[in-house]
Amino acid sequence: MKLEELSAVELGRRIAARELSSREVTLYFLDRANRLDGELNAFIHIDSEEGLRLAESADNAISHGDVASPLAGVPVAIKDVLCTSSMPTTCGSKMLEHYQPPYTATAVKNLTRAGLVPIGKTNMDEFAMGGSTETSHFGLTRNPWAKDRTPGGSSGGAAASLAAGMVPLSIGSDTGGSVRQPAAFCGVCGIKPTYGRISRHGLVAFASSLDQVGPLAHYVEDVAAILQLLSGHDNRDSTSLKQPVPRFTAELNKSLKGIRVGVIHEHLEHEALDSEVRAAVLDGQRVLEDLGATLVDVTLPHTKYSVPTYYLVAPSEASGNLSRYDGVHFGFRSRVSAALESPLDAMIARSRSLGFGAEVRRRVMLGTFALSAGYYDAYYKKALQVRRLIANDYRAAFERVDVLLGPVTPRPAFQLGENTDDPVRMYLEDLFTVGANLAGIPAMSIPAGFTAGGLPLALHLEGPAFGESRLLNVAYQLQQAKFFNAKLAPV
Amino acid sequence: MTAIPYTTVIGLEVHVQLKTKSKLFCGCSTEFGAPPNTQVCPVCTGQPGALPVMNQRAIELALLTGMALNCRIDEVTKWDRKNYFYPDLPKGYQISQFDQPICGAGYLEFPDPDQPEKLMRVRLTRAHLEEDAGKSMHDEAAGKADSRIDLNRTGTPLLEIVSEPDLRSAQAAKAYLTELRLLLTFLGVSDCNMQEGSLRADANVNLHIEQDGRSIATPIVEIKNLNSFRAVERAISYESQRQYDLWKATGQELGRAPKQTRGWDDTAGVTQPQREKEESSDYRYFPDPDLVPIRITAAQLSAAEKALGELPSAARQRLETTHELKAYDADVIVSQGKGMVVYFDKAIEAGAPARRVSSWLQQDVLRTLNEKNLTIEKFPVTAKQLAELLIAIEAGKLDNSRAKTVFAFWLEHPKADLAMAMNELGIETVDDGVLETLCRELLEEHPQIVEQVKAGNLKGLGSLIGAAKKKNPNADPKQVRDLCQKLIMSN
Ligand SMILES: [Zn+2]
Repeated sequence: MKLEELSAVELGRRIAARELSSREVTLYFLDRANRLDGELNAFIHIDSEEGLRLAESADNAISHGDVASPLAGVPVAIKDVLCTSSMPTTCGSKMLEHYQPPYTATAVKNLTRAGLVPIGKTNMDEFAMGGSTETSHFGLTRNPWAKDRTPGGSSGGAAASLAAGMVPLSIGSDTGGSVRQPAAFCGVCGIKPTYGRISRHGLVAFASSLDQVGPLAHYVEDVAAILQLLSGHDNRDSTSLKQPVPRFTAELNKSLKGIRVGVIHEHLEHEALDSEVRAAVLDGQRVLEDLGATLVDVTLPHTKYSVPTYYLVAPSEASGNLSRYDGVHFGFRSRVSAALESPLDAMIARSRSLGFGAEVRRRVMLGTFALSAGYYDAYYKKALQVRRLIANDYRAAFERVDVLLGPVTPRPAFQLGENTDDPVRMYLEDLFTVGANLAGIPAMSIPAGFTAGGLPLALHLEGPAFGESRLLNVAYQLQQAKFFNAKLAPV
Repeated sequence: MTAIPYTTVIGLEVHVQLKTKSKLFCGCSTEFGAPPNTQVCPVCTGQPGALPVMNQRAIELALLTGMALNCRIDEVTKWDRKNYFYPDLPKGYQISQFDQPICGAGYLEFPDPDQPEKLMRVRLTRAHLEEDAGKSMHDEAAGKADSRIDLNRTGTPLLEIVSEPDLRSAQAAKAYLTELRLLLTFLGVSDCNMQEGSLRADANVNLHIEQDGRSIATPIVEIKNLNSFRAVERAISYESQRQYDLWKATGQELGRAPKQTRGWDDTAGVTQPQREKEESSDYRYFPDPDLVPIRITAAQLSAAEKALGELPSAARQRLETTHELKAYDADVIVSQGKGMVVYFDKAIEAGAPARRVSSWLQQDVLRTLNEKNLTIEKFPVTAKQLAELLIAIEAGKLDNSRAKTVFAFWLEHPKADLAMAMNELGIETVDDGVLETLCRELLEEHPQIVEQVKAGNLKGLGSLIGAAKKKNPNADPKQVRDLCQKLIMSN
């Protein structure tokens, strides 16, 4: 039986019904992961032993009639940015190459409490900074659909592992599109929930006011099911939402009759938008109209400032968040001569120069500069003001529409190495995704067929704060009606 | 050369450790003196992914202090990150408050050390909350230059109280600190123990020199490492003289030289230049995205107002007006702390006369507390017991010296009541007939004294008292004296 062709919910159903054991399912996916990872490098760490231990304990609980959740016993991959006390947590960096957290992230704990089985940690851009998974200290990850192309990033390992059928579920994190863009490049679903929906406790910080954990899966119903388990207030995270969590699966089947779908002028008419990506969005519009939705033209006038704003806010916060990697308490430490005039300063400077890769150093420098005396008002403060304008654009739009539909990325997965020497061009790939992070709203990427060359295409859905249920409803209806990829990449 | 008149201008920055059970942003204990690194967790050691969660009690204590210091309290206060690298600062930034401190401008009033009947007012710039850093311990024995870090103290809540440069002498600075400590201990917000570091003071000092009709300011020097009130006083005196001498030698004025940091060397009795932590000291403050702004509610304010209780200045006032104590006496009692005021009030409530209570507290009680290194709360003689004793003196049942014997007895046998003590010590009230017989005997035995007294020389009466005590230790000296004089004169 090809287990990789079943949805996670279906796997969970069969495990709960004891038609399959978690152990055999976990062994099956571990075998695929181990077999395929040599070529794709989607994982930094695969932990068969821990995976099987958890699978057996899930089986044991189920045999006593204790089914912790609809996904109990189902394997899952965790992006290596979430702390796990049972596995190393590297953030794709030399700095944390040997770091073993003393605690486990709330998001991961929520999953294991629900009986899911983490089998490994997926590759990512160093400290989640990047959109191609090329900046990882542990080597780049390949796109299972076209191995000379990027899987996207920073959650490239999460998306690739899923596309290749190495796991039925994957957890990523999204600061400026890091779940949605790789999901789009790899032909899977990925959601960034409302800011605060999932606890950030144990999510190694890149840009605290933008970071959100987000799950990836092949099926919208799987996304809804796992989002349910991940969500909820956590008193260890002061920015975690106190709002009750709705039943995300309850509204999947709701009719779309009468819903208003916004078409973002600035996204659809952007000069950088690839024609095949644009055609996919237009196709999505038609499907939604057929399902009874009304299309409404909307404008997000500050779109052109979203990338510059993002690249001031995120690096500024990152420059503070990454200060703890100084070689003193944890992480890589460079040896320096004690004979130096200030061996301590030299040790800190050298540890950071050698422990961080070029992209992380670039962003830390950018953020440090933006926060410096004399520049704060012109850069960081101005960025916060524009951020508010961007959020207001969305608020105004959602007074007129229920969801926004657009492209996730300007173009499909690009060639490995293509943007390496041009960081600004790389940053512009985030054009359509950073807005949701800046505004704190939920957004989702779902597959929408393929280019003529066989690369996955995707649709971007954005909703108002706390509006995940509606997003999932629209995504589910779209997936049911038409946009269902062949699911697995030909590996 | 004649000395040119100058004024010393002093502002103080006081760090007070708030008396919370747990740290400012995690649940770790703040107990002093535990073995190194035993009171730590992922949050206060700055582990990747760990998030701060504010301690509500610290807010309450800060509000209480702010109200007692007449500070403006705004509705919204927030947290900022102060960025700098230092080994005892595990996150690479300190969570502090930059532009919206919890307590705004206020003032503190206290008796002027030169004219105790007058009040001195020192304006306060602000008081803000922040987390403490850890402790670096340098083991330079045998040239090993081994540095160790203890993070037990990291994250302990501090309130930094910043004064305006309103103080004009070392004595005034000491008086300000003394009053501040008294106030904080009255409120119960801090132990204010300088040895344990729960109160730390830095002084900003410069001179205003009057020359040729204009006022010249010398560059401001910040003095650190002041470990006692005595050190504050000595360091400021030393620094004034040093700045005066330096100005005489160089003529350097404020603005021509940067603010300097100097450390106080208590053994050598000098201030010495300190290596600056950060040359430019650009801390790149920005709002901490891990914490939400705090809204101070009306309910919180009224709760703080209720919890304030009687403050030292009000207690002094009450002792002077209601109990007719001299300003000096009221100050001595109140300066001992809230416990002493409570003790005073209980003694009065039990019927003892205020002035007698005042004098006994200032002499016998204070001396015993000092000798036995006790606090008034642990004093073996209760306020009620003392009152009983003072009432007996007032009624002429026993004299002061016999009362002191009872007091000393009570220190050893705190359970005994006055009757038991007097019985045990053989103290009884001598009735009038017995006293007269005694005096007549005395006069017969000392005819020369009788002659002297008759001649107008009353000195001799004193020696009769000694003789009377030998015959009957319970004889009241005053009564003996008065009766002897009366008998001689009426003869
Ligand atoms: Zn702690």
